[in-house]
Formats: sequence, C-alpha cells, structure tokens
Amino acid sequence: MPPTDGVTPHPTQEITTRTDTRDILANARRDTEYYGLDDYLIVDVDSHHVELDSWPEIVDYLEDPVVRDIAHQLVLNWPQASHLALHNHMAGLTLQDVAGRIPHQAALAEPVAETDVHRDVTLVRRAMDAMSIDVQVVFPQPMLEIGLHPHPRIATQLMLAYNRWFTENILGTDSRIKTMLGLPFEDPDACLETIRRYADHPDVIGFLVTSQRHTGVHRNQYMKVYGELERVGMPIGFHAGPTWGDFMTSTMNRFLSVHAMSFVTCNMTHLTNWIINGIPERFPGLRTIWIESGIAWVPFMMQRLDHEYLMRQSDAPLLTKRPSDYMRAMYYTAQPLEITDMGLLESTFRAMDAEHTLMYSSDWPHWDFDVPGRIMGIPFLSAEGKRNILGETARRVFNL
Amino acid sequence: MLLTNRMVHMKPGSEVSAVQHEIGSSDLVPERGRYIVDIEGTTIGIFRLDGVLYAYENICAHQGGPVCQGRIVPRVRERLDDAKQAIGLTFDETDMHIVCPWHGFEYSITTGIHAGDPSFRLRAFPVEEREGTIYVTC
Repeated sequence: MPPTDGVTPHPTQEITTRTDTRDILANARRDTEYYGLDDYLIVDVDSHHVELDSWPEIVDYLEDPVVRDIAHQLVLNWPQASHLALHNHMAGLTLQDVAGRIPHQAALAEPVAETDVHRDVTLVRRAMDAMSIDVQVVFPQPMLEIGLHPHPRIATQLMLAYNRWFTENILGTDSRIKTMLGLPFEDPDACLETIRRYADHPDVIGFLVTSQRHTGVHRNQYMKVYGELERVGMPIGFHAGPTWGDFMTSTMNRFLSVHAMSFVTCNMTHLTNWIINGIPERFPGLRTIWIESGIAWVPFMMQRLDHEYLMRQSDAPLLTKRPSDYMRAMYYTAQPLEITDMGLLESTFRAMDAEHTLMYSSDWPHWDFDVPGRIMGIPFLSAEGKRNILGETARRVFNL
Repeated sequence: MLLTNRMVHMKPGSEVSAVQHEIGSSDLVPERGRYIVDIEGTTIGIFRLDGVLYAYENICAHQGGPVCQGRIVPRVRERLDDAKQAIGLTFDETDMHIVCPWHGFEYSITTGIHAGDPSFRLRAFPVEEREGTIYVTC
C-alpha cells in the first residue's frame, strides 16, 4: 500500500560508521537556518582527522633512517600493525564510541569519490559545510597521546614526521583548513626547529603542546621555545588528552570516569605550573590557549589558586597579580561545554570573561562534539558575545 | 532552566493543525525495528515494541541530533549480589532504548524519556494501526 502524498521514507534509516558525514550532521542545518549562522564568522578551534588511517604514508616521512626502518619492519611483519606501528595508542581508549552507540567516534568509513585531494580533506570539508564553519583548525587524534610514549626519540621523530606529512598532504588544499602544529616537546631544540620551519606557513596559525605528558612546562629548557613563539607572534595551545594509566585514572573502571578526569587534570596541571612560575610575566606577548577541557574547571582553578596565592605569595614571587587575573588574560576553547546548570554556567562565563576569552570548538568527529548552535542557545550571552565566541575572538587570537 | 533543542527551535506561531498521515503497510515496522519517514518537512521515527507502535520526532532533546537513526539497544543495568557487591553488567530486555548517534543520549522507546534524567524527553506523535496500515498524526 503506497503512503499518502507528502510522506516519504527517509533515505538514511540508521546511522553507522559508513554513513556520509553530511547525513550524520544533517540536523545541524536546522541551527543554521534558525539562528542565521551563515551570517556569522564561525572558527572551529579544535577538530580532528584520523591520522592512523594514513599511518603507512606517515611513517615514510620519518627522517631517522633507523627509526624509519623499525616502522617499516613493524608494518611488514606484524599482523594488524600497519596502522599502529611505533605508536603508543592506549587500548582502553577504543571504548570512546560507547559500544557503537556513537558511530562517528569509531570511524568515518563513508565512501569518498573525490580523488583530487586527500580523503581527509574531503571529510573535513563535509563537516565544515554541514555545520556552517568558515575556518577549521584540524588536529590529529592518537598523536595527542604522544607525550606518554616510552621512547622520547621515537616520539620526537613521529611528531616531526606527522608535521611534515600533514603540511604536505592536508594543508594547502583548502585555505579554510588550518592547524596548530604539535611541538616535539621531548626535544626543545626540535621544537625551535619546528617553529622556525613552519611559522611562515599560511595555514599554520600556532603551535601545540599535547598536554597528556609528565613534564613540567616551567622547566628552563622550554624558555627558548616560549621566547621564540613570542618573537614570531604565534600562539601556543595546550590540547588535553585521555589516559587510563596515571595514578588517578588507573583506579577507574569506566571510560566515563577516565574521560571526565583526565581531559581536565592534564591542563589543570600545566596551567598551574604555567602561572605559578610566572610564564605570563616572562613572556607577556605570548598568547596561550587551553584546548578541550570544557570550562567548568576554570572557576575552580581561579578560586583555588587565588586562595593559596594570597597565603603563600613567596612561593610565586614572579606574580604581580592574582592567578585568576592571568587566567582571564588567556584563552579557552568551549567544547565540551558543560551545560547542565544554567546558573553555574553563567557564573563561569562571568568569572572567565568568556565573551572575550572563550572560542568555539566542535571537536568533530569525537563523541562529545558541539555544534555551533550550542553557543547561540545560551540565553545570557550578548549578541556581541556570541559573535566573539563563534569566531571574532579567534580571528584576533590567530590574526585571521 | 535548561534549554533543549526542541524549545529553541519552536518559533511562536509556527504551530499548525495536526493531520493524520497514512504511512504505509504495518510490516514496514518490524518488532524491535524502526521506520523513519519524512512528513512534510518533519522527520519522524516509528518503532515497535511488543507489537505496540511509538513515534518520535528525529530530534534529540540535547543538541538536536538525529536520535531516531541511532542504535536500538536494551537498557544496561548493574547487578549487585546480596552483599551489594557489583557482579557485572547486564541488558534489561524489558526496556529498549533508542540512542542518539550524535552524543549517546538514551531514551526509553516506550516513554521517550531519557534513561538518566527525565527532564529530557522526545517529542512524541500519535501513531496507530488499522487493518494493516500505519497512521501518524502530526
């Protein structure tokens, strides 16, 4: 029996890992139309492509011939190693897709017919168009854990190889796609070389420290790195990441717990060292961005550090004002925006001066991504504040 | 107040009189299955549990995701023994969920209510079955 006029079967009955990104994100179009998002500059300061899909290509870019040979032999001889060779990807993190409930976290395995650009460029374009994003900062995924690699030399070589592969194969094909390149933080001299090599690249708009690592960002060896970033006028970002292996998360039995804590505590740790050791006083021209920790942690740290600082000023002699004042002079990405209590959210926005320090980020294609409409639906934001968060603050921070 | 996507998108004056639409044959929606249809600009998912039909708009109360196109899966429960020790997880086959594929918000199919917070609920539509044909009113 045919249906009545005006009733048609929906073309996608179930979303899987093979569903087209444009179909997965089709509902975002409703936000675009309702809020008029096409009239806004939207800069997405944090999104991802899946570098392990291209891993056999990337290991070819390893410059150290011995490390490159190790990788090639792993790819050649070890079953299933072709997309993981040399990497320290943590097994438990594959629980991120909640047992197939959120398929796009596991894979974007959709058909891609375009052959004029790398497949990942097409996937990024599809997501940008679906969410009305004008500029998207694209990061890797498992490389965000590289700071936990047991072998510093290999970690450095992998970061250098990935950066060269990314700039030669992904960047330059679409001027809307940008990145903050990861610094090989195990080796400060290699960090300097990375900054000097790529600072003039038109689509490299900053540099990144992958936060899940056990080094003090205040150590003297890094001062020349921060000084060079300040000199060239490029921002530094700290991108949080997960681990199920530190002292705290190793007690946990659910991915929810691990994710809730580890994506925040790594940035809390680095921000504490950053401020208490007076890095903002030493490099006042260095713009600093804290990425992918949400924002609920910000007022906690402001209160906690201010409270301690007032009693122990001698522990932080380089500071000339409260820690929270330095925090309001730095920048934060919004995702995952914890909208569960509007009163607390409003207090958080006020405490951090969010209309001037917060920048929209999607984190697409991860399981807790945010669409731009998330910002537009916040009732206490001014019209200017919404424009700032969605893109204007990023335009200023990155000189776009 | 927590803004839900549904509230954000309902423009004043946009309400129109509901009309009953013939969807098609009953076998379009198998037991524990779904059928998603577009009805004059509104996408609706129709589900069947224990022979009964349920219909919801394909918009998650969280961020507006395509909730009806997600995984259909039983509620997960944690088992405790008499000493309150956790002895493992299990599926509750009496409470089937539809899971939004954007972010994993889970709703009981029989109620349209979020499994962990009843303030989140799906927009339901009247659905009925007569002589082997499904009808939705929207």
